[in-house]
Amino acid sequence: MNAYRIGRRQWLGAGAALAATSLAGCAGMSASGPSIGRVVVVGGGYGGATTARYLKLWGGNVDVTLIERNADFVSCPISNLVLGGYKQMSDVTRGYGGLKAAGVKLVQGEVSAVDVAAKKVRLAGGAEIAYDRLVLAPGIDFMSEQIGGLGPALDSGRVLHGWKAGPQTVALRRQIEAMPDGGVFAMFIPKAPYRCPPGPYERACVVASYLKTAKPKSKVLVLDANPEIQSKKALFEKAFKDRYAGTLEYRANAELKELSGNLAKLEFEDLRADVLNVIPPQRAGDLARSAGLVNINNRWVGVNWLTMESTAAAGVHVIGDATFPAPAMPKSGHMANQHAKVAAAAIIQLLKGEAVNPTPVVMNTCYSFVSAREAVHVASVHQYDAVDKTFKTVPGSGGVSAAANQIEARYALSWADNIWADSLALA
Amino acid sequence: MKAHHRVGAALLGLLGACSLAQAQAQHPHLARNLAATCANCHGTNGQARGDMKPLAGMPADKMIAMLGDFKSGNQPATIMHQIVKGYTDEQIKLMAAFFATQPAKN
Repeated sequence: MNAYRIGRRQWLGAGAALAATSLAGCAGMSASGPSIGRVVVVGGGYGGATTARYLKLWGGNVDVTLIERNADFVSCPISNLVLGGYKQMSDVTRGYGGLKAAGVKLVQGEVSAVDVAAKKVRLAGGAEIAYDRLVLAPGIDFMSEQIGGLGPALDSGRVLHGWKAGPQTVALRRQIEAMPDGGVFAMFIPKAPYRCPPGPYERACVVASYLKTAKPKSKVLVLDANPEIQSKKALFEKAFKDRYAGTLEYRANAELKELSGNLAKLEFEDLRADVLNVIPPQRAGDLARSAGLVNINNRWVGVNWLTMESTAAAGVHVIGDATFPAPAMPKSGHMANQHAKVAAAAIIQLLKGEAVNPTPVVMNTCYSFVSAREAVHVASVHQYDAVDKTFKTVPGSGGVSAAANQIEARYALSWADNIWADSLALA
Repeated sequence: MKAHHRVGAALLGLLGACSLAQAQAQHPHLARNLAATCANCHGTNGQARGDMKPLAGMPADKMIAMLGDFKSGNQPATIMHQIVKGYTDEQIKLMAAFFATQPAKN
């Protein structure tokens, strides 16, 4: 757990943040000319971290402050392998030290309010930080109220979502380990859109893989509120059938309505399970909502795709899972990293009073493990369409693996190594 | 000598006009921004880690040929044959030129 200790030392306390911010202008001037502006980034996941990193990489004299509530970056991608016992938390945890070395000011804290008119954010401790441009990367939060009994069940820790990597991942692994042989692990998938479309099906495979060996009489029940598997459908169907027949059972159109103890109530049946893993319906993170930026379907933030600027508030850029996506654009860490680069490039130009790139491109790659040693991918490339003012996938591009294979399991881990380094400026 | 010099100057003038026209049509950071879409797998500025192919410092013609082979199917791949089809030939040239100027990872 060395990473945790290193991580904590990187952060300024909320009190020190103000002093550091007010000094920033001087530091910029003495080095190589005056600062071109102050950018505050809230949220240090894939999107926020990458924005901070690329603002420094491409912007030079721009003051960048990253506010993040956690001491370390914990990756959702690869964290399903922790649930299967194939990876440890330290394998999916990285520090923010690279960003600090790159010149990003790190503030560990919680933003309690955004004042869009006055261009400042307030921290939970009361300190305020002013900005010229703000980037919000709040990820998702849960609509637990849509499922009876879910809120209290999650609060008590009895039911886990495991859809934000960290303590939830650790606790869910413990529940799986504590299951008796012959027990039932039931996972509930919300209706799309949700974070990481293939993630639930990967989780089902990895947990089934573990149980098949460690507790062979156990079952994995996959209860999907959607009419079908949402990503890499044929590949997951084949994995379910060829590898986990007898262990894993998949049911479509199985929406969770209510929880009561260890009883899960669906529309036409009730079922009991030893582990209830409920992935709740999702919306843009709380901060986007409290800042008044949620303007699509009462759930997501609309953005201008050339700049990632919110369509609800000038000077506020929103990236990653919180956005209302362009057609066929997944909510993924990879895509959040790509959003971040569009935002960083545009913010630098806007601060300098220059034209933004009128033809951005973003692309996505998601690897999923179907067993401890084999993976499959889905990939897509999205070019900006000036007429419809959105990203569109390029016809004939992208696709999925021909079949599960071991080479792509290696690539999946190498993808993680590279994107973590790219997002966090790791040496 | 004089004739050669004049031809040379005329050619230079023509090249200058071309690159000027290109610069006006193109955003100055287009190549850099396009190349950054590769960094998730191939490392920041193409300085890859682990099993991924490093792109930093690769000669542009080599990268253009390689990506062309992925696009045509001459070079089998796990994923690159699908990704490369999302980029235009012009975008590939810009990215290749960018990566060629990047220092390889230490």
